[in-house]
Amino acid sequence: MQVLGTAGKVVLGLGMAVVLWAAFLYAHPAESFVGESSRIVFFHVPTAWISALAFLLAALHSGLYLKTRKMERDDAAAAAARLGVLFCVLATVTGSLFAKVMWNSYWNWDPRQTSIVLLLLVYGAYLGLRQAIEEPERRATLSAAYALIAFVSVPFLMFAVPRMYASLHPDTVINARGRIEMSPDIKLVFFSSMIAFTALFAWMYALDVKATRLVRRLSERAGGFEA
Amino acid sequence: MILRAAAAVFVKDLRTEWRTRVAINALLLFAFSVLVLVGYAVGPTRLTLEDRPVVNSVLLWIVLFFSAMTGLSRAFVNEEETGTAAALRLSAPPAAVFLGKLLGNLALLGVVMAVVVPLFLALMSFGIAAPGLFLAVLALGGVGIAAASTFIAAIVAKTAAKGALFAVLATPLLLPPLVAAVTGTQIAATQPDLVAGLDAVRLLFAYDGLMVTASFFLFDAVWRE
Repeated sequence: MQVLGTAGKVVLGLGMAVVLWAAFLYAHPAESFVGESSRIVFFHVPTAWISALAFLLAALHSGLYLKTRKMERDDAAAAAARLGVLFCVLATVTGSLFAKVMWNSYWNWDPRQTSIVLLLLVYGAYLGLRQAIEEPERRATLSAAYALIAFVSVPFLMFAVPRMYASLHPDTVINARGRIEMSPDIKLVFFSSMIAFTALFAWMYALDVKATRLVRRLSERAGGFEA
Repeated sequence: MILRAAAAVFVKDLRTEWRTRVAINALLLFAFSVLVLVGYAVGPTRLTLEDRPVVNSVLLWIVLFFSAMTGLSRAFVNEEETGTAAALRLSAPPAAVFLGKLLGNLALLGVVMAVVVPLFLALMSFGIAAPGLFLAVLALGGVGIAAASTFIAAIVAKTAAKGALFAVLATPLLLPPLVAAVTGTQIAATQPDLVAGLDAVRLLFAYDGLMVTASFFLFDAVWRE
């Protein structure tokens, strides 16, 4: 069975194309940003949101694995972590490009930059742990426990520390004043981009979960541990 | 009941440690070597006055962090290597094992801190303006390091590459408390006012509480694996 039918693929492809077009040609550059640099918000924020969402999914499925001991949960957690790395790298790179244009340096250890590096480290450690254990059930249990304990630690750098130190990062979308401060055209493109990227991630995620499950079933049938 | 069993695990670990004193000697020697290296390379006079609080706070926590990374994984790695883990699994409930091991690591780290911190302050001529805040940051930072390390040690003991993996897994978990501890130390070095460091103390306190609770509940799954 296909994860996404032809109609779905067409809608997703067209949607992404329209978002790309609108990001560069329809939306106006926002005020108080250097040149056209504000356009990166249409790519940076969705990828950052998905790297957090993927981490949430990995932690959720890890918790459910420990509860139900079903290997499908472990497949889902592993796939979420793998895709999370991809989107986390994209968010880091786009953020760094923006930092170069706005603040004239690619990297200055702004609290937001620190927290995204922490997220990358956690993803890396989680996947490294998975590689170090051969036996599937043991790998599932130990990596689930690690994902959950990391889930406790990450919010500290994601939310607590940026509030403790002054950050140059532009206001997050949901800011302290509780309002979304964007002009209407930017707002439209921004939320379309969020939806398009999330749909793209959902598709990739479903594919990866399916592939992981098939590989696991094959190796179970072969009686080996390699996957 | 659980507390008594935890105390028994703790006393057992103390007794086996006292017979050889391998862990504590290794930890202290390592911490001392790093201290000598730092003291020789940076020293008390090489830094300008305004750089001192920042650089010294970072160096102090690097010494403590590296010492923890070399020694604290022994808590569980030892049990698995000598094959005593199964016996321990049979004779004590998981909660008691975790609490006992956590106490053991806390004691180990406490001894290291008691030796390293005064030496560091003396070697680097690192003055502290708010000793109360400094002690609070040390204690809370130590609890955070010990809690995360104990849990990660339990995971790592079940894998093939124990030593290499321990630091990899523990570092991301320890980054938040270390950042807060470094900031807190820096504030304690420069501002005699206790209130200035309140944010760092609060963050460390919240981290410790969450980390101890979460690892306490997750330990069950790891230990039975």
